[in-house]
Amino acid sequence: MNNFNHYYDSETIRQVISVIVINEHNALSRIVGLFSARGYNIDSLTVAPITGSEYSRMTIVTTGDKRVIDQIVKQLNKLIPVLKVNEHKNVIEKETVLIKIPINQPISDVEVIARAYNGHIQNVTDDAIVISATDEPHRIANFTNIMNNRFNPLEIVKSGVVAMER
Amino acid sequence: MKMTGAKMVIESLNEERVDTVFGYPGGAIMNVYDEIYKQNHFEHILNRHEQASIHAAEGYARSTGKVGVAIVTSGPGFTNAVTGLATAYMDSIPLVVISGQVPTTIIGTDGFQEIDAVGISRPCTKHNYLVNKIEDLPRIMKEAFHIARTGRPGPVHIDIPKDITAQVGNFEYPKEVNLPTYKPTVNYNKRQLKKAMIAISKSKKPLLYVGGGAILANCGHEIREFAKKTNIPVVETLMARGIMGHDNPLLMGMLGMHGEFAANMAAYETDLLISLGARFDDRVTGRLDEFASKAKVIHVDVDPASIEKLVKANYPIVGDLKVTVEGMLESLKDIEFNDFSNWVALLKEYREKEPLRYIDSNTVIKPQWPIERVGEILGNKAIISTDVGQHQMWTAQFYPFSFPRQFITSGGLGTMGFGLPAAIGVAKGNPDKVSINFSGDGSILMNIQELMTCVQSNLPVINIILNNNYLGMVRQWQTMFYENRLSETDLSIQPDFKMLVESFGGLGYRVTTKEEFDAALKDAVEKKRPAMIEVIVERNEEVLPMVPNGHALNEMTLIGDIDE
Repeated sequence: MNNFNHYYDSETIRQVISVIVINEHNALSRIVGLFSARGYNIDSLTVAPITGSEYSRMTIVTTGDKRVIDQIVKQLNKLIPVLKVNEHKNVIEKETVLIKIPINQPISDVEVIARAYNGHIQNVTDDAIVISATDEPHRIANFTNIMNNRFNPLEIVKSGVVAMER
Repeated sequence: MKMTGAKMVIESLNEERVDTVFGYPGGAIMNVYDEIYKQNHFEHILNRHEQASIHAAEGYARSTGKVGVAIVTSGPGFTNAVTGLATAYMDSIPLVVISGQVPTTIIGTDGFQEIDAVGISRPCTKHNYLVNKIEDLPRIMKEAFHIARTGRPGPVHIDIPKDITAQVGNFEYPKEVNLPTYKPTVNYNKRQLKKAMIAISKSKKPLLYVGGGAILANCGHEIREFAKKTNIPVVETLMARGIMGHDNPLLMGMLGMHGEFAANMAAYETDLLISLGARFDDRVTGRLDEFASKAKVIHVDVDPASIEKLVKANYPIVGDLKVTVEGMLESLKDIEFNDFSNWVALLKEYREKEPLRYIDSNTVIKPQWPIERVGEILGNKAIISTDVGQHQMWTAQFYPFSFPRQFITSGGLGTMGFGLPAAIGVAKGNPDKVSINFSGDGSILMNIQELMTCVQSNLPVINIILNNNYLGMVRQWQTMFYENRLSETDLSIQPDFKMLVESFGGLGYRVTTKEEFDAALKDAVEKKRPAMIEVIVERNEEVLPMVPNGHALNEMTLIGDIDE
């Protein structure tokens, strides 16, 4: 019997974790500090207050083997301001991207592609148009790639992932 | 009742029945110190360095089981305290450390003696607070003590801006703590405990692996009872020394890098490792994938994050250790166990074949000898602190510890400079015991200024310096693993320790023979004054046995391997 090997073979997995935390100064840095101090990854992090409560919800996307993910959840639970940590198994994930494209690009194409990713033109000026899209993170990644390759965007801003159990 | 923030700090400490505070004043904490001058609830011990204040509070907390308290100022006062906080955090020692901060109006402007104290203390405390409003102060004080002493204990830091300590507010100390996000598990899962007990009943070679958590949970008595009733042998970690008592027939000694042959072989051969408040530190396990590799694991810990951090646990149990071991004792009446006497006899055979030993000399004092000698003379009348290095391991190996909290040492962080200030806390908290600090000639110089604290506060700490004119443990590694290139470990030039302690106003002795040592120790104990006994010891003695880094516990270098 070996108590250790089962950890070493395990593969890297992507995990969406939501953390319910008391709104107080320092709470975000406590959580981010935990990740950096223990050498864990944060792929994306979003945070906003939960309406009508003294808590905020953070959605963290992270990667690691099973042992690392287990530790992340346990260590997060240990922080004093953390109320609840949820390792999501079956979730709806959404991410928003804003992309600014110079006006001299073939704009009709932009609109068509954007619509395929639930996107719209949000604003038009003399110099540029801004489109937004909200979709699953891997589709947003696709969309961002396509726009990047074809339209020389001036600026791309992504929101990070928000998630909810189905 | 209306009062200033500074007065609130004092009143809160009084509510928590704090009798001793260690600290060092400065600009940002002066309002609090002004109230300390006026109060008569507790005694304040003035250290000479903030790091030492924290270590002294630790020595007090580790030896008495109470929460240790220290007060420091902002900026450098606080940054000096960080090593102490990290030491306490690694060993889960309950402390409340209060620091001054620049006024809220100055925070963020790089003011004089300003530092982001809560930012710095975050990774080395269990929790920390910056007090923004005077209304929060009583609640924060109450929460800090609660958090420090419950669950897995640890240090809590409170940073208080100077204007908050000057403001007047209403003081009402909360009766209860209301922290919806902090509810440490006390009671174990009964079904899980039952499964674990069945596993014990099926095993042939079970082993109790006891860690520092057993000391923190005050369950030495319960563990001794459980071992006695089941006849299961026990190994202790460095932090658990004293749990079983040195003469307990079921104790197979300390395990780990400098553990005993029998203890390490027990961990190698066991088929069921019962971990009680231990955390599988790399200094204990050696090569992790070979540690207890024939065994299933029962892992009891109050901290869920400790379970499966390093080792897969077949039977994880989260709960207060005292409560859990009581539960284990309770369930004994329903369960039949195997007869483990062959297993115990095998380990005893190992112990007799390869006992912990050193080869004494007639010409020079071997460093292990004074430790054994103090054990013979003072035994359980003394509480023993150490610094970090060879002397620390020899003390763990050769002192006859007979009760929990008798051995005060920096395990997790391995902080040089810990011993003398910790012994100050021990002396303050245990006036009926002799406070002995074993130190090396390297370690002692890291907080030597604390001799002044001993003298000023009349604390009869006896420092025994095992002087080999080396940074001994590093020298040992250089000898064994770096082809004897003694890079910066030769400390041939050292102060005259006798004159040094005398210049502080303490008693100084320099001894080179066993007779001189006995006389010096007798004199120091009788005179009840701060003392330092410098013992000139064999320069090149190694700490053995040793498991070289990256090796498995059964691959020990034994004393015979070196001498032959």
